[in-house]
Amino acid sequence: MQKIKHSILGQLIPGLSSLTKRGAAGWITIIGAVLVVSIVLMTLLAPWISPHDPSAIDVNPPPNPAPPSEQFPLGTNHLGQDMLSRIFWGGSIMLQVAVLSVFICLIIGMPLGLLSSYAGGVLDKTSSLIMDSIYAFPGLVLAIAIAATLGRGVVNMALSIAVVYIPSYFRVIRSQVLTIKELTYTEAAKAAGAKRRTILFRYILPNVVPSIVVVATVNFADAILTAAGLTFVGLGVEKSIPDWGYDLTDGRALLPIGAWWVITFPGIMIVLLALGFTLMGEGLSELLNPRLEQ
Amino acid sequence: MPLLEVDSLTVEYRARRGNVRAVDNVSFSLKKGEILGVVGESGSGKSTLGLSLIRQIPSPGVVMGGSIRVDGKDVLTLSEEEMRGLRGRKIAFIFQDPMTSLNPVKTIGAHFVELLRTHEPDLSETEALGRAKEILKVLGILPERINDYPHQFSGGMRQRIMIGLAIALTPHLVIADEPTTALDVIVQAKILDLLKSLRDTFGMALILVTHDLSIVLERSDKIIVMYAGQLVEQAERLDMQDKPSHPYTQGLLRSIPNIELADQRLEAIPGNPPDLLNLPEGCRFQQRCPYVMEHCHKETPLIDVGNSHFVRCFLYGG
Repeated sequence: MQKIKHSILGQLIPGLSSLTKRGAAGWITIIGAVLVVSIVLMTLLAPWISPHDPSAIDVNPPPNPAPPSEQFPLGTNHLGQDMLSRIFWGGSIMLQVAVLSVFICLIIGMPLGLLSSYAGGVLDKTSSLIMDSIYAFPGLVLAIAIAATLGRGVVNMALSIAVVYIPSYFRVIRSQVLTIKELTYTEAAKAAGAKRRTILFRYILPNVVPSIVVVATVNFADAILTAAGLTFVGLGVEKSIPDWGYDLTDGRALLPIGAWWVITFPGIMIVLLALGFTLMGEGLSELLNPRLEQ
Repeated sequence: MPLLEVDSLTVEYRARRGNVRAVDNVSFSLKKGEILGVVGESGSGKSTLGLSLIRQIPSPGVVMGGSIRVDGKDVLTLSEEEMRGLRGRKIAFIFQDPMTSLNPVKTIGAHFVELLRTHEPDLSETEALGRAKEILKVLGILPERINDYPHQFSGGMRQRIMIGLAIALTPHLVIADEPTTALDVIVQAKILDLLKSLRDTFGMALILVTHDLSIVLERSDKIIVMYAGQLVEQAERLDMQDKPSHPYTQGLLRSIPNIELADQRLEAIPGNPPDLLNLPEGCRFQQRCPYVMEHCHKETPLIDVGNSHFVRCFLYGG
C-alpha cells in the first residue's frame, strides 16, 4: 500500500523520489515546496473556504477587536472583520506581485546579463556600473522610493521590486557567463567553427539556467517581504482589498491595547511564505550545483 | 606546396609588467598526412603556437608578425566569417582536458549534429546522427550510446569523442594540444595509436603538442623542440632519436625512463626555464646548459646541420 502510494506520488511529481534520496538538500526543497504550494492553494481556494466575506464589516457585532473564539478562530480586527477569512484571502496580491516581479526581472535581467557579459567591452562596463549602483541602495528603501513615485497598484509594486532585484540576476549571470565562456567546451565549440549565437544559446545559456532558477526562488522570497513592506507603509493596493501587509499595519495600532491576534497571524503567514521560498531556493541551489553533487 | 607553412611567427602577450613573447620567430612547414610533434615544457609557447594556427590565442595575446599559410592562404588575413569556415572544417583542434571539453548539457549526438550542420547546413538531423554513429564505431564506442551525456563517459572515452568530433568533417589538419595529459598511461597509448591510425585512414596531417618527448619520438614524422618561445631544434624523427643535438633535447632524452636499463638513474635538467619577462642575452638555455661558452651571450642563430636538421646552438658552428 505504502509502495503504491509512493509510486502514485512519484508519477504526479516527477523527480520526487530522487529528491528524497538527495539527503538534507532534497528534504529542504520538499518542505519549502510544500509550504509554498499549500499557501498558493489556500489563496486560490479562498472564495470557497472562507467562512465570511473578508471585507465585510462587523460580521462580529461590537465590541471589536474580539479575541480568537469558536466562531472566529483567529479573532476579529477593530472593524469586526473575520481574521481567518482575511488570512485566506490576504496572500493574493503578494503572490501576484512576486510572480510578476520575478517575470520582469527574468525578461530584463537575463538577456542583459547574458549579452553584456558575453560581448564584454563598453556594454559590459556600462551595465555593470548601473547595476552596481542600484545594488548599493538598501533594497526596501529603494523600492519604497520607486513605488511612491509610480503610485499604487500591482504592476507598479512589481516594477519597483523588479528594479531592486534585477542587479542580483545580472550579477549571478555575469559571473557564470564569465566562467563558462573561458571553459574548454566553449573554446572547443569556437575551434569547431561555431557561431557566436550558437555559443551563447547552446553552450552558455543552458549552463546558466540552474543558477537563474536558484536566484528566482530566492527572489520570490525577497519579493514577498518587499511587497509586504510596501503595503505596510501604504504603498500597496487599495485598502479595500484584503492583504496581510495592511493587516500588519492595523495590527501594529491594535497591539498596545492587547489585540495581539490581528498582527500575529498575518505576520506568521508572511514568514511562512517567505520561508517556503527561501528553503526551496537553498535546497535547489545545493541540488542544482554540480560541484556539490556526489 | 606544403599543407601548412608557418613563417617567422611571433606572438606576444601584452601583460601589465611588459610584453611576453610566447612564440618568437618560429618557422616550420608540414606536408599532407605528416605527423609533427611539438615538444616543450610549460611556458615554452607550444600551446600558444597551436592555438595561433586557428587564430584563437587567448586574450591578451597578439600575433606580432609572420604568416601562417594553410593551402597557400594566409590564415592571419582571413575575415572572421572565413575563419569560422576553416575551423572545424579544414583545421580541427583537440583540447587538453577531455573532462571539460564537452558541453555538459548536450548529448554526444547533439555535439555531432551541431558540428556537422554548422558546416553542412543541408544535412538533415537524421543523416547527421547516422554519420555520428559511423564515427563512434570507428572510435570503438557503442553507437547506441549516442544519446548519452558527457558525464556518462570515462575520460578516455570523452577524449575519443573529442577526436571523433575533430575528424568528423575529415579536416586536412588536426591539432592536438596535449591530448593525453589528463589520461592514464594505458589510455594514453590507445588514444595516440587511434590518432595515428586515423591519420593512416583519412590522410590528414597531425600536430601533436606535448611536453612528453617519448610520445612523439614513437609516432611523429618530424619533431620540433621549443624552449622559452624559441624553436631550438627541428629534425626528422630518426635523426632526433639518433642525433639529438641541442643540449636541451639531449637533457629531455636523458630524462625518459628506459625499461631495458633496470638501474638507470634518470637525469634531470638543473634549474628552471627563464622568466619570459626577463630573458638572458643570447641563448635562452645558457643558465642550465652544461656546455655553456663565452659567445653563448650572443644571439644564437638556427644552424643547419644537414638532412633538414636545425639546431639553435653554437656547438654546431655559427
